[in-house]
Amino acid sequence: MSLFEFVMQYWPRLLVGTGMTVAQFFLAAILGIVISLAMGLLKLAPSRPMRAFAITYIEIFRGTSLLVQLYWIFFVLPLFGFSIDKFTAGYLAVGMNIGAYGAELVRGGILSVPKGQWEAALAINMTPAQRMRRIILPQALVNMLPPWGNLMIELLKGTALVSLISVADLMFETKQINGSTFLSAQAFGAALIIYYVLARFMVTPFMRWLERYMARKMGRA
Amino acid sequence: MEDMSGYPLELTGENIPMVSFKKVRKSYGSLTVLDDLDLDVNAGEMVSIIGPSGSGKTTVLRMLMTLETINSGVIYVDGKPLTHMPGKGGKLVPASARHLHERRADIGMCFQHFNLFPHMTALENCMEGPVQVLGLSKAEARDRSEELLELVGMIGKKDQHPSRLSGGQQQRVAIARALAMRPKVMLFDEVTSALDPEVIGEVTNVIRKLVSEHNLTMLMVTHQMGFARDISDRVCFFYDGKIEEQGPPADLFGKPQRERTQQFLSAVREAI
Repeated sequence: MSLFEFVMQYWPRLLVGTGMTVAQFFLAAILGIVISLAMGLLKLAPSRPMRAFAITYIEIFRGTSLLVQLYWIFFVLPLFGFSIDKFTAGYLAVGMNIGAYGAELVRGGILSVPKGQWEAALAINMTPAQRMRRIILPQALVNMLPPWGNLMIELLKGTALVSLISVADLMFETKQINGSTFLSAQAFGAALIIYYVLARFMVTPFMRWLERYMARKMGRA
Repeated sequence: MEDMSGYPLELTGENIPMVSFKKVRKSYGSLTVLDDLDLDVNAGEMVSIIGPSGSGKTTVLRMLMTLETINSGVIYVDGKPLTHMPGKGGKLVPASARHLHERRADIGMCFQHFNLFPHMTALENCMEGPVQVLGLSKAEARDRSEELLELVGMIGKKDQHPSRLSGGQQQRVAIARALAMRPKVMLFDEVTSALDPEVIGEVTNVIRKLVSEHNLTMLMVTHQMGFARDISDRVCFFYDGKIEEQGPPADLFGKPQRERTQQFLSAVREAI
């Protein structure tokens, strides 16, 4: 069977799986961005316990395997009384993992804003919170967008692991089809192409657009 | 802990200086940048600070803007302590963040490298403080900012981002941004040092205008000796963390008394 015939036959299941992958991607991305921001800011906080918390978080989630983290959240946490459904466990694990990497990008982005900007904000008597929100973060965001593009692609590919806790994403559907038809080359070939198309023709163009949009806002374009 | 009993909680009497440094010391590790600085600046006075690099000139302004802490002594602004606040037992204690925030409202500053906010237009740069910090409505802040951009001759470029402006134009916007906060004291930290020679005039003209038309108290660190001589009420020559000599510009530039002042001024003249 050619790849084309395969896709013509199995497209409904591939589509459902892709939908689930996209859903996992979006939820994990939102969670990951929120965590990145929180941990990146905490890591720069004046208070030692706050910094220690952020460092611990980043070390744990960056220093251990995403798959092990996923299994912890789905299989181990219920042993301590926290039962989480597989859909939630999926994006939770991926989002928390990506958040640890993103935190470093946020921290780096904030530190890349010139000292003069902090001083100018202080000179017009802004509070530290106003300064961060109005002056530093908008500029930090522009500086860190390119590495965020990479991270988002990592995130998309990372979502394939949720198939291992039976979330019916693209990878899960592909394995199911493979299991019943043994059309391995076609099944995994189709998955490969779909992941590539999502990354190359959706995530990357969106990030490029965002970079151009932000550059325009900075008056650079 | 420094004994604060010699410092009053507030300056009283007639003719309180707008800015008063009392025995202010600043050091980084073993390096003393400013040594027991005593300096008063009267309301409406324009004081220029000159001297070789590393003499502590810029530190004076940065301490006043609270960008640097001080190691001992007290700075008063408009009679009230800036670096300290009244504590228990009627003595001064180091200022809290809140006290600094309150007192900093009297001071505005312009920087050597302008430090405009690059993600905002000229007008937005000026409106940011009035809206966010002073709580003005957008309409009020716009009126105030446009008036000031007019004053500095930048109203025609109000919707441009800083990246589209020349250095001289950026510095004029930065002056408008600082003035929009209605400070009592304006600090100019080498505001022409990063500019191309041909645009220095457009910035110095704005400062001239401020001196002649407004009753602001101003402190200016500069390398433009001619400009300092023209517009200052008083010039302070800093050397090695101390005021080596100060006086009206005609005296300091015309007949400097101290040897170091003479050396510095002749070195500067030779450079021209």
